[in-house]
Amino acid sequence: MRYLTDRKRAEGRGASHTGTEHHWSMQVSSVALAFMVPTWIYMFGHALGGTRPEVLAAFARPFPAILTALVLVVSMRHFAKGATMMIEDYTHGSTRKIAVMFATSLASVIAATGLYALIRIAL
Amino acid sequence: MAETTGSAVKRERPLSPHLQIYRIQLTSVTSILTRITGNALIVGVMLAVWWLVAAAVSDRQFALANAVATGWFGDLVFFLSLLAIWYHYLAGLRHLYWDAGHGMDIKTAERLGWVCIVGSLVLTIITLNVI
Repeated sequence: MRYLTDRKRAEGRGASHTGTEHHWSMQVSSVALAFMVPTWIYMFGHALGGTRPEVLAAFARPFPAILTALVLVVSMRHFAKGATMMIEDYTHGSTRKIAVMFATSLASVIAATGLYALIRIAL
Repeated sequence: MAETTGSAVKRERPLSPHLQIYRIQLTSVTSILTRITGNALIVGVMLAVWWLVAAAVSDRQFALANAVATGWFGDLVFFLSLLAIWYHYLAGLRHLYWDAGHGMDIKTAERLGWVCIVGSLVLTIITLNVI
């Protein structure tokens, strides 16, 4: 026996069945990225084009290393959720499932690869 | 489609407006561009991360990744990524502004659309000059 009424279980959840959880998560990550990304672009742009020792020196410093790690983790989560939303808008069935798995995995692989690079460079 | 049984009369059902019959408008174009730029940015991120991990691993790996990332292909990808990132940035701020309950009237929405388009060009030029 269910103790919640049908209405109580449906209320506030909308067509997605998950309410505004996805939207709110995108808002939180977008504000975080809005603060971090301009500085990161500046930093990355300066490092790009340097020799290998220069690049290693640039990303070995604490601030660039931590900022890059944060941008990677937050942006790849933001991407995984945004790409999932796009896939769910245009595809159905097994195609949808496979595409969502691929986009989510791609985001994780990119984040993990970037973090591995940072650990090797900065530690 | 399920076959209709009983009545042979095919009822004309109303069709909701959809992409192919809507006139293209600034608000729809700027909305679609937000999605395109956001998803396309993955290409630039992949190139940047490949370049970074190659730098971490070895001279030989870095020589290859650096040649690609700083050659014509890298220049093209990073230039388009810069445009995309600034567009997506401004469009994202526009969404946050809307979500806070402001600027929902058509005139303001369209003006903000132009801010995104022109702003992303201006910010890209500024970035290229600063870096």
